[in-house]
Amino acid sequence: MIYDVIVIGGGPAGLAAAIAAKKEGAQVLLIEREGRLGGILKQCIHDGFGLQRFKEKLSGPEYAERFIEEFHSLEIPAKLWTFVTKIRKSDQDFQVWTVSRNGVEMLVSRTLILATGCRERTAKQVSIHGTRPAGVYTAGTAQHFTNLQGVMPARRCVILGSGDIGLIMARRLKLEGADILGVYEVRPEPSGLTRNMIQCLEDFDIPLHLSETVTRIFGDDRLTGVEIAKVDEQMQPVPGTEKRIDCDTLILSVGLIPENEMAESLRVTMDPRTKGPVCDSWAMTDVPGVFSCGNAFHVNDLVDYVSESGELAGTSAARYFRELKGEADRTAENWISVETEGGLAYVVPQKIRKSDLDKKLVFYFRCRRTMGESMLAAISAGKTVFEKKYQAVRPPEMERVVIDLSKADIVGTSLVFQLGEVQA
Amino acid sequence: MKEFVCITCPNSCRMQAELENGQWKVTGNKCKRGQQFAESEMTCPKRTFSTTVKTAWDSVPVIPVRVSREIPKDKIFQIMEEINHMTVRKSMGRGDVLIPDVLGLHADVIVTSSVLKEYLEENNKENTYMHKDCAQEGGNYE
Repeated sequence: MIYDVIVIGGGPAGLAAAIAAKKEGAQVLLIEREGRLGGILKQCIHDGFGLQRFKEKLSGPEYAERFIEEFHSLEIPAKLWTFVTKIRKSDQDFQVWTVSRNGVEMLVSRTLILATGCRERTAKQVSIHGTRPAGVYTAGTAQHFTNLQGVMPARRCVILGSGDIGLIMARRLKLEGADILGVYEVRPEPSGLTRNMIQCLEDFDIPLHLSETVTRIFGDDRLTGVEIAKVDEQMQPVPGTEKRIDCDTLILSVGLIPENEMAESLRVTMDPRTKGPVCDSWAMTDVPGVFSCGNAFHVNDLVDYVSESGELAGTSAARYFRELKGEADRTAENWISVETEGGLAYVVPQKIRKSDLDKKLVFYFRCRRTMGESMLAAISAGKTVFEKKYQAVRPPEMERVVIDLSKADIVGTSLVFQLGEVQA
Repeated sequence: MKEFVCITCPNSCRMQAELENGQWKVTGNKCKRGQQFAESEMTCPKRTFSTTVKTAWDSVPVIPVRVSREIPKDKIFQIMEEINHMTVRKSMGRGDVLIPDVLGLHADVIVTSSVLKEYLEENNKENTYMHKDCAQEGGNYE
């Protein structure tokens, strides 16, 4: 059997993608390596999910289960406990090798949707010196222990990095009776959402230390302490500022990186800014038939946007074979490239299909630094074709903007986005 | 005058509140919800929160729960205490009420995942205890 669409990953992006592709009439299969659908949402028991989509403050599992129920009601097949080991592209289709309790199996699909999410940066990736005792966990690992296994990973805990999962775990462990000695952030400003700074730290009197970092780890079997130092403007530790804090746990919340091992094996072109694939307004990578969505595409902070991105990938993959018949429109002339200038860290998608120029498209962007009142502008051939004002922009808070391209007079081969502070 | 940040929506307005003739005068908010948040924050700050509750089954040792609506911030640890004394010994799924009207605060503690219910249905285990310590309690299903 040849599937129209194989979705790899059963988190919020993959679920939304599979549902959307099925609704377009495609033969869909979803592959998930864990025994249960829902992805990381299974362990995100805090609330605040779905504010945009459902106008409710749901917990992660509630949000996921709404999609899982729809997924099952559409009778979409899913292979659980199944891991993709290799993908090969041939002229017409993709061969997907999997390992599961049934052994090794090869599945064939016309299109692929990569919904593999993102991974946490580890202690090794932030190069902290010292021994490697038990008690050093990423925030997600600590969250798995606490929320799924019902095990307390910490009594006296230091948190490095002010990413959202770290802040949420600070509150979670505090609720369960741990001492949270402090959150240390190497940068001069917090990297989590403002409301998490308030409801996770301030509400529980957990101190936040900016421009400070962990420089060393102590302990043999179990962590006994960490060394903290202040950092200079270049984020280098300042000699003489070191102090030791006794603790049994260090939790790392130092960033997320899109997971794209499979995309890379297919030689998909990656964007060094997002660390995900370069995609067009159909969520398609530059390898025809390979689509990317959710946190594998770029790291989101709201699940509502992850679902939206999955839906686009699912709809596009289903329509891809029916409408585009594969290779026909591979030439660069069919796309307009999206470029960025000024205060923007990135804008996605990175390319607009020319056939989408009469549509309303959703763009997501992140700014490079915190700015007050700012203006986003889209410029085509030297002319501003779209403008939107923001009260304030912060790098941790991704912005979503809908642009009606039919009203924007776009000419040439590129659309340039600019973000600048409005001078008072 | 008190300064704080509104957490109602991602705008995160930095607001100031001052008591004037028994009324809170709020500045810095961009919408009406900010005024409401400020008043509540000044008189009785309210929050929602989530945690887990222990179950009697090893394969699903805990299930997630949350309060169904906002409760006074200073009651969080008291509710935690209540939940931490409980063990779920029957099938419960998403939306089921674990503690109705907790501490008389007009909010329920509700289960937010069907993971246990599905596990028990799939494995037909509703009538067997997996935990040793629960069996010793004289398990009411045995």
